[in-house]
Amino acid sequence: MVIKFQKNDKPVIITGAKDMPPMGAALGSMLQNKTGSWRNVRPIIDYDKCIKCFICWKVCPEPAIKIVDELPVIDYDYCKGCLMCAEECPKDAIDFEKEGK
Amino acid sequence: MKKTMMGNYAASWGAQLARVQVIAAYPITPQTLIVEKLSDIVADGDLDAKFIKVESEHSAMAACIGASATGARAYTATSAQGLALMHEMLHWAGLARLPIVMTNVNRAMAPGWSIWADQNDSLSQRDTGWMQIYASSAQEILDSTLIAYKVSEKVLLPTLISFDAFFLSHTMEVVDMPDIELVDKYLPPYKPDYKMDVNDPRSFGALTDEQYYYEFRYKMQEAMDEAVDIIKEAGKEYEKITGRLYDLIHPYRCEDADMILVTSGTIADTTNVAVDELRAEGKKVGNLRIRVIRPYPKKEILEVVKGVKKLAVIDRNISPGYSGIFSQELKSALYNEVDIPVRSYIAGLGGRDVKIEDIKDMANDALKNDAPNDLIWKGVKL
Repeated sequence: MVIKFQKNDKPVIITGAKDMPPMGAALGSMLQNKTGSWRNVRPIIDYDKCIKCFICWKVCPEPAIKIVDELPVIDYDYCKGCLMCAEECPKDAIDFEKEGK
Repeated sequence: MKKTMMGNYAASWGAQLARVQVIAAYPITPQTLIVEKLSDIVADGDLDAKFIKVESEHSAMAACIGASATGARAYTATSAQGLALMHEMLHWAGLARLPIVMTNVNRAMAPGWSIWADQNDSLSQRDTGWMQIYASSAQEILDSTLIAYKVSEKVLLPTLISFDAFFLSHTMEVVDMPDIELVDKYLPPYKPDYKMDVNDPRSFGALTDEQYYYEFRYKMQEAMDEAVDIIKEAGKEYEKITGRLYDLIHPYRCEDADMILVTSGTIADTTNVAVDELRAEGKKVGNLRIRVIRPYPKKEILEVVKGVKKLAVIDRNISPGYSGIFSQELKSALYNEVDIPVRSYIAGLGGRDVKIEDIKDMANDALKNDAPNDLIWKGVKL
């Protein structure tokens, strides 16, 4: 058994029980797991339509929407493209496009 | 400081002395008094803890799991059907390696609806990865709570402390409460290496494929094996501050015994008296009380029983379709090691009293009959 992953930018190799934590816990911080790479579709906020209600910020399950200078901003490092934000936006201010276009 | 109190309150004060930080519980007879007293203690400001009222025992254990995962010292108490409702969460607490301590007042499973003493509730949870202690006095309930946190937080396994309904839960006994300064030194705050922390987010209990799962179970077994010595050390350290020693097994007059009775819970204390009376009649009988059943102290038990001619187990529980559970455990420990005939008795189910005379009857029956027997119903009305 050889499992490799990155912890603080250093490679960690697990060959057996002795290298493992006692419980099923990630050895590294989940901040290093850039889940944005899983994304098929990319949500895009139209700030001309945005009324700053922050419903998108509230419903984002990651959370990959942050509030920057009183505006919702999508963090594409972690956004998986689930589009809950687009679905819930009361002003249809969030559109999406296919990733890799 | 010595106080007279019910067994239930010994559990409450044990949790208070352990400075538990989160208590999540749901009431059920005969346990209710434990958490009722704790809610008073918290409301009076005598314990800095969050008391969470939940809608079921399943939620109580879920709340304890969440609390413990963040590094808080978590406590709950339950009985019988309540413990059964927690079953799924008990596996979770065990495999998540969370050092939760829970008190279970042993109560018979329904139906027939019963609130009286019977060990089937906790023994049904034997394989959930919890350490299991069976206490036989109110003092031991309080002391075990403190020792349990010490051991649990070291080996990262939860502990279940069980004791008999009413015979202990509602019976007044003298309990010596250790000074909080001594307890604080014995039991420093819990500082886990892995915890849920918003500033260092980690994934816990995520999908674990066959590449890892097997090794997690291996590590859990390693922890259980280690726990045997850690329970002994923690017991000895506790003896230093209180003068009271707790071990995994408590043998009584076993050194020169021809026959040893194997018991647990309050029946064990009554058996000590029966042993004294049998000894006065010239019968060389001893009593081996099993205090901890997980981890199972196989080596320690074999050490005590190896020279004996016969063993008699008294079980206040039954695995329907086979036999008493302490009896099965004992026989599996003996197999491949020593050849000693075992006679196994079922007694006291559903809170039926097991008196000194009943224990002497069983002992005399075992002394008279050499043939091993897996299942003897003591006093069943046919």
